[in-house]
Amino acid sequence: MVESASAEATREFLMPSLGADMEEGTILAWRIAPGSRVSRGDIVAEVETEKAEMEVEIFDEGVVARILVEVGQKVAVGTPLALIVSRSPAASRPATPQTAAPTPPTPEPRPRPAAVEAKPAPPPVAPALTRERKRVTPLARRIAEELGVNAEALRGTGPSGAITADDVRAAAGAAQQPALAPAPAPDREASRQRVIAALMERSKREIPHYYLGASLDFSPALAWLEARNRSRPVSERVLPAALLLRAVALAVRAAPEINGHYQDGAFHASPALHLGVAIALRGGGLIAPAILDASEKSLDELMRSLRDLGARARAGKLRASEMSSSTLTVTNLGDNAVDFVQAVIYPPQVAIVGFGTPALRPWLDREGGLCARTIVQATLAADHRVSNGHRGAVFLKAIERALLAPERLA
Amino acid sequence: MKLSYREALRRGLREALAGDERVFLMGEDVGAYGGCFAVSKGLLAEFGPARVRDTPLSESAFVGAGIGAAVNGLRPIVELMTVNFSLLALDQIVNTAATLLHMSGGQINVPLVIRMATGGGRQLAAQHSHSLEGWYAHIPGIKVLTPGTVADAYGMLATALRDPNPVLIFEATALLNLEGEIADDAGAVSIHDARVRREGADVALITYGSSLPKTLEAASELAQGGIEALVLDLRTLRPLDEAAIVAATKRTHRVVIVDEGWRSGSISAEISARITERAFYELDAPVARVCSAEVPVPYAKQLEEAALPSVAKIVAAAKGLVARHG
Repeated sequence: MVESASAEATREFLMPSLGADMEEGTILAWRIAPGSRVSRGDIVAEVETEKAEMEVEIFDEGVVARILVEVGQKVAVGTPLALIVSRSPAASRPATPQTAAPTPPTPEPRPRPAAVEAKPAPPPVAPALTRERKRVTPLARRIAEELGVNAEALRGTGPSGAITADDVRAAAGAAQQPALAPAPAPDREASRQRVIAALMERSKREIPHYYLGASLDFSPALAWLEARNRSRPVSERVLPAALLLRAVALAVRAAPEINGHYQDGAFHASPALHLGVAIALRGGGLIAPAILDASEKSLDELMRSLRDLGARARAGKLRASEMSSSTLTVTNLGDNAVDFVQAVIYPPQVAIVGFGTPALRPWLDREGGLCARTIVQATLAADHRVSNGHRGAVFLKAIERALLAPERLA
Repeated sequence: MKLSYREALRRGLREALAGDERVFLMGEDVGAYGGCFAVSKGLLAEFGPARVRDTPLSESAFVGAGIGAAVNGLRPIVELMTVNFSLLALDQIVNTAATLLHMSGGQINVPLVIRMATGGGRQLAAQHSHSLEGWYAHIPGIKVLTPGTVADAYGMLATALRDPNPVLIFEATALLNLEGEIADDAGAVSIHDARVRREGADVALITYGSSLPKTLEAASELAQGGIEALVLDLRTLRPLDEAAIVAATKRTHRVVIVDEGWRSGSISAEISARITERAFYELDAPVARVCSAEVPVPYAKQLEEAALPSVAKIVAAAKGLVARHG
């Protein structure tokens, strides 16, 4: 029996995890309504977490059948938010005309996969990083269902980091406590700060940091950039910050062990570079959304991404994928008159690159002659469980090499 | 009354021979030599050569003779020196004893009891030390008993003799000198159920036969560290007391199976599969197993000890499931 092309499957669109530490989110706005047609990558909702307001993308194709969670409601990660009706997987597989794929062979007749399709895995939030399935014991899963706890969001204390029944019960107990006394009016700034505090505390507790620093001659790169900018309209000019990001993106190739995540006792290198950029928010907060696939972007593209990211971060319009997928972070304190920064790694990442303020300094050229150069201090804080000082030095050296040959940075 | 496991076996045999004219014992060296593990010592003098018969070294022949005697109204007890040698009689046991009832449409049953020594721990090397009872538990048509206590060593034989169908009793070589109390009025025991030998709520240690004393010792050690282990003695590997296995899993949510057989394709694998089938949603950790190293059991003492399940390995496996990480 050949599958009917009009076979339909209903999928749940779930509250995604917009970061390793996110447990719940509030729907601020829906961009879709019953009957809307959605396709992969569409922004369908605005969600507020403790950290930020974000735009959430969908990874399914189809038509919205029902909205399950109303604006203003706060729900746990993994809660179904809407029902999406799509045609059978075979029929709804997006056509990819740009890659001239060979016509797939006629599929073998097989039973309809309706039952399997009923409960899809939550949409991938970090598409380039293949995450392992969270270890939740069967008993913990059952109890979590009974108690209404999202077990996947918990930290496991069982063998191999498994989430056990006790973990679920503890979480359920903790969740009940605020219900006894009405929670005070949420102070978003304070709650963001709490999240960052917890993350940084975890970082310093768990990650054995090592630190390296190097003073780099930024003059040739700046001179090249200035000449390049001169011939361009103001809106297309590139800032030194983008040049440094470009140098980092190129240098990562020399030291892939600083790009990825450390999870469940092992390092998982990331094939793609999603470069987190620390951005100071008005009001004193800090956020580090990612420039996705940064190593694939040219200097101009990086500049556009940086500008766009800064504007949207300050307007609270970041996307889910940008908040959850950084594989390496850069913090640039160039505007702040500091010489260098010894930064704290964002778990589960394994390194953070810092740049101080470029400043005119006395320097010796190759012949030993005294001269004035613009020097920037690059620092690396990295996870000694994954890399070491020697590998870190290779990385900093690669940044220096990139900056000394700026024409290759374009 | 205090008895050793060996004395309990002998007492069971003597009472069986004394209590029923149809019962007789046969096997290699069971008579004049008193049994190669001294289990049947003295029985020849007491019951005479017609009831306690020495056989040639021909397992297939004398197991076949036992089947014939059973079918014709006697109640033979056939002793095979060790489980390794039982392989020579595999055709008689698996193709004949286990099948006759079914192939005769229920007309011919085989009330045969076969006893054999099993397991390592006494430096008898690879041809005398294996634990193949799990293999026999694969076969429909026979029952597989594995006494791990003095009371079961004494009481299982009487029950087996009352069974109208073939029963295999695997006597643990390593336990022959184990001493234990049995009641003065002790007698036949049930061969259909597992027994909880120690109560506990943190982890279930499921075992049988030669591993039972080690497992109980491990449970005591675990208790000193605050881990209360339930010890379930299976007693019978076929039919398995599935209800008891499921109940132990539901009570503790964590299970370690201790089996002196090799892990691959073992009775421990079967138990683990039954837990997955029947109690998956009760599990709060993967099922763990402590089995023998997958080598022929070594002769050298320290190598043999390293190859077999030990108290330390059982304790470590249980702690691995119970300890909180991170």
